[in-house]
Amino acid sequence: MQFDSWQAFINMGGYGFYVWLAFGVSFLALALVVVQGLQARRKLQQEFVKEQQRQQRLARRKREVT
Amino acid sequence: MQASNWQALKAVMQRDLMVVMRRRSDVLNPLLFVLMVVTLFPLAVGPGPDILGRIAAGVIWVAALLSALLGSERLFREDYLDGTLEQMTLQPQPLPLLAFGKMAVHWLLSGLPLVILAPLCALLLKLPMAGWWALVATLLVGTPILSAITAIGAALTVSLGRGGALLSLLLLPLFIPLLIFASGAVEAALVGTEAWPQVLLLAGLSLLTLLLAPFAVAASIRVSVN
Amino acid sequence: MWRWLHPYAKPEVVYHLLGRWLPWVTLGAVATLSIGLIWGLVFAPADYQQGDSYRIIFVHVPTAMLSMSLYLALAIAAFIGRVWQLKMADWALAAIAPVGMVYTFISLFTGAVWGKPMWGTWWEWDARLTSQLILLFLYIGVLALYHAFSDNRTGAKAAGILAMVGVINIPIIRYSVEWWNSLHQGATLTVFERPPMADSMLYPLLICLLAFALLAAALVMQRMRNEILRQELRRPWVKAQFAAELTEANNGQKGQA
Repeated sequence: MQFDSWQAFINMGGYGFYVWLAFGVSFLALALVVVQGLQARRKLQQEFVKEQQRQQRLARRKREVT
Repeated sequence: MQASNWQALKAVMQRDLMVVMRRRSDVLNPLLFVLMVVTLFPLAVGPGPDILGRIAAGVIWVAALLSALLGSERLFREDYLDGTLEQMTLQPQPLPLLAFGKMAVHWLLSGLPLVILAPLCALLLKLPMAGWWALVATLLVGTPILSAITAIGAALTVSLGRGGALLSLLLLPLFIPLLIFASGAVEAALVGTEAWPQVLLLAGLSLLTLLLAPFAVAASIRVSVN
Repeated sequence: MWRWLHPYAKPEVVYHLLGRWLPWVTLGAVATLSIGLIWGLVFAPADYQQGDSYRIIFVHVPTAMLSMSLYLALAIAAFIGRVWQLKMADWALAAIAPVGMVYTFISLFTGAVWGKPMWGTWWEWDARLTSQLILLFLYIGVLALYHAFSDNRTGAKAAGILAMVGVINIPIIRYSVEWWNSLHQGATLTVFERPPMADSMLYPLLICLLAFALLAAALVMQRMRNEILRQELRRPWVKAQFAAELTEANNGQKGQA
């Protein structure tokens, strides 16, 4: 263990701002990639649902006509 | 009777030359653009010979890169629109050869005039005499790379119809070694050391590019016409 | 060999295979990342010259190394897509490029932030930072070209050609930038080039490298799965897949209520 206290760990020997800025932005960027991937998947799922509803509507209309 | 490869190459080049010769502004405008950029710099940074002389080679080369991008549309655009490009892909002659013909004409009409224009630009930017021949030599061996890489980008984006900004995004990173070695050669000449190594290096790069680029251009054309 | 590989050319098979591996790779990435970062941030000794600021290395070096590897992977995928006309390779290209771009961005950003306390400036035209910046431009170019086409297949083919041209260019760019840097800068900046590291710093760095490699693999796999779904959205197997997922989600909600 290199740091005596929580305070010292945050302070990083005076370089706290730089170290935490670098780590913060890096992991923020990675988190954005993950979230974007998950969102893309959800969007695909919604597209499928919409398509399915459209198909069902079409089928119903066809039944009503006949 | 099937035309030989050589005949096909000659036909492509003749046709392109004729098309451009009927619309000379396509050749003139990029050159005027270079001249304009060269005129703007003294107005922006002041006409002192010490500053101008130092940045001259860089300015001329950057202007050359940008003018290559400006003139890149005409390489394949009209051939794509009127179906000539598609015809070319169906020829029995190898497509890379025909692509090479188009690149060669593009160089003749954009690279070579730039080499001829270079001394005038050097004069306007007060480039010391020692740098002149290095500038001309780098332009002579470097502009073929410019034409070749521009042709790859133009072939990739020809079906998009809005090349412009996208093309510069694709191509400018690939021009960086060219820019570095060319301005390095002029700088070496200016400080009185040998500029030959850089010029020879550029010549080597030029040959390598000319060898590989036609295949990349041919592949890009095939992607674009389909 | 082709007989053995053949089933893997089927999107459905690959989708489920990736789905089976993804949790394990993600778990591995999270585990190694936690170990590596805690070791690096808390237990590794401070550098005798740079103090604690060197701890940025545990993000900077792995992402910088992997950004190059990912571009190489991109070009290999493009090459396979070109030569064997495998759809899957085109989709891999679309999956790898964004991950590589983000890794390049992270390495650049951490490099700049590290440069501020060490060199006194956020940006130095150092050979490595400059090449990394150019690599970022190459990634952006590939992605921009891919998205410029409305048809993904053409976009992937075009972006693949650009990636292959880029990968031939990268060594030339690196060499030219290094030469340019030596020309314009007498003083060499040796922050990134250091004498062999002490084991106490090297081990956490190696673990971080493994962690970021696993993370990249997990991200690429996630995006690859999305890409497969996107391209095969009209196929029955995708519909069945989504339908099953939706009923499962509905049942879960009912169970809770």
